[in-house]
Amino acid sequence: MRKLTSILLSLLVFACVTASAQTLRIDVQGVAQPTPVAIVPFGWEGDAADMPLDVVKVIRDDLLRSGRFAPVDEAKMLQKPTDGADVDFQDWSFVGVEAVVVGKVIQTGANAYTLQFQLFDVFGRRQLVGYRMPASRGTMRGAAHRVADMIYEKLTGIKGVFGTKVAYVTAKREGEGRSYSLIVSDQDGFNEHMIMESADPIMSPAWSPDSRQLAYVSFEGNQSSIFVQTLRTGNRFKVSSKPGINGAPSFSPDGRKLVVTLGGVDGNLDIYVLDINSRRTTRLTTHRAIDTEGTWSPDGDYIYFTSDRSGGPQIYRVGASGGTPERVTFEGSYNARPRLSPDGKRLAMVHNDRGNYRIAVMSLDRKDLLVLSTGRQDESPSFAPNSDILIYATRQGRNGVLETVSADGLIRQKMASRAGGDVREPVWSPFPRF
Amino acid sequence: MMSYFKLFSLAAIAFLLAGCPQNTVPDPEPTDTTYPADTDDASTSGADTDMYGDGEFMDDPSAGELTMVIYFDFDSSAVRAADQDIVSRHAMQLGGGGSVRLEGHADERGSREYNIGLGERRAQAVRQMLLIQGVSADQIATVSFGEERPVGFGSSEADYAQNRRVEFKYSN
Repeated sequence: MRKLTSILLSLLVFACVTASAQTLRIDVQGVAQPTPVAIVPFGWEGDAADMPLDVVKVIRDDLLRSGRFAPVDEAKMLQKPTDGADVDFQDWSFVGVEAVVVGKVIQTGANAYTLQFQLFDVFGRRQLVGYRMPASRGTMRGAAHRVADMIYEKLTGIKGVFGTKVAYVTAKREGEGRSYSLIVSDQDGFNEHMIMESADPIMSPAWSPDSRQLAYVSFEGNQSSIFVQTLRTGNRFKVSSKPGINGAPSFSPDGRKLVVTLGGVDGNLDIYVLDINSRRTTRLTTHRAIDTEGTWSPDGDYIYFTSDRSGGPQIYRVGASGGTPERVTFEGSYNARPRLSPDGKRLAMVHNDRGNYRIAVMSLDRKDLLVLSTGRQDESPSFAPNSDILIYATRQGRNGVLETVSADGLIRQKMASRAGGDVREPVWSPFPRF
Repeated sequence: MMSYFKLFSLAAIAFLLAGCPQNTVPDPEPTDTTYPADTDDASTSGADTDMYGDGEFMDDPSAGELTMVIYFDFDSSAVRAADQDIVSRHAMQLGGGGSVRLEGHADERGSREYNIGLGERRAQAVRQMLLIQGVSADQIATVSFGEERPVGFGSSEADYAQNRRVEFKYSN
């Protein structure tokens, strides 16, 4: 029976759902003064009537959604150049924008295109960046996100994350039972792919540092097991299936190890390091309290985890190769699910804020806690690779939906939930490698 | 198969425990069941079995189906006093063999993996009671689903109370 289940599952694995593109409700609470910019409609040189994708819409939506930019209406543009040489800075300063983006898509083959763009500083009257890259119909959306990333980085000094992905779990009620899916999509909700589906719960997805694999927990056969699945092929292997709990996987910065939670027959949850190749485990905690939700510090030196050894759950850390755990959080009666920002400066967690479970961030040097979310039941914070934004799950009615918030708490946006699905446990991918 | 002696002793104990039969609440009228006529090839024949007259079954004082789920207070893994008899009946059941999977659950509040821990703690509390009452460790498996398999889907206290539970799942 178990064999049959796993065969069925492997058939389902990587059955790419060409789900209709998820519409993102733009619901931005932005900064007081978003920068006015102009993204001029791109030129098109090709044999069809239109370019294969409205790249300007993708770029514009990315910048608008970031909350830091106010793209100006096309109707207000006094000129619509597609080449940098034709930009009239006087016109653009009259329109009142600080930066102008022009570009074009040129067809170079049956399914081959060049996407090029230039970004200008209107007051400085100079080009800030110009870039040209090859694309196909399939990669055009990714190329447009890359343009938005380059614009964002030039204008804010912060690396853009428009080209990154998120993974999350959805649960749907189906008759008496439920159906759980593990989904990977672009950070804007497009290009959804279901990489795993099961009638039993799926939990705790975690990206490998090269963003090629996901680790997760599956309850197939009513037993928790940890799997590592390669995204491109859909192949997966079981890395831990010991008696009792196998949970909360998180990759080491070098991608060779996982920190996991094991419970054993007696159900004493402790933190272990699991070497992925040898499957050898090293126990890091031995307390009889619940120790779980381990996560590596970006420098690889520490493992932060949740423990209720003092009564309620608090965040602790222990040396990645052992040592005496030390308590990290002291504010409030409930702090769980630690996640470090990739720059190592901040710690995100689920924090009980006067009866509400909310996402909070603590700076590791100043130890000050900032509550970022406003829901009653917010969970699973995950930093974007630029350390500047977090994604988490919140409740909307009976369903979970995804929200992002800037690490300073100023810019918040909601991702509309899929019809009928309860969305949870979002995890932001690392930067893509070109 | 239970020997007649065992059956008789159980019935006698049941009678003693039940006290005056008049005080017991009668079972609802059984609905008529018609059995299909024999269609197999086996032949049957009659025999004189009219030795004692028609009897009737007696109620077991700890009557009815074995309760398969018990509930827990908020932030607690202590088996409620009222539910300890239920666990004891499961211990008796397991004394006759078989194995059980204890499925621990938590309400949705807080972090998911920590809730796996809370569900496991509840399953372990029941497991410890069963072990103390003589059930062998290899007859019991535990699994915690945390908040992943709710029974109540809302976010009210009533939903939460339904979800903080341990379910007994017998495999034979």
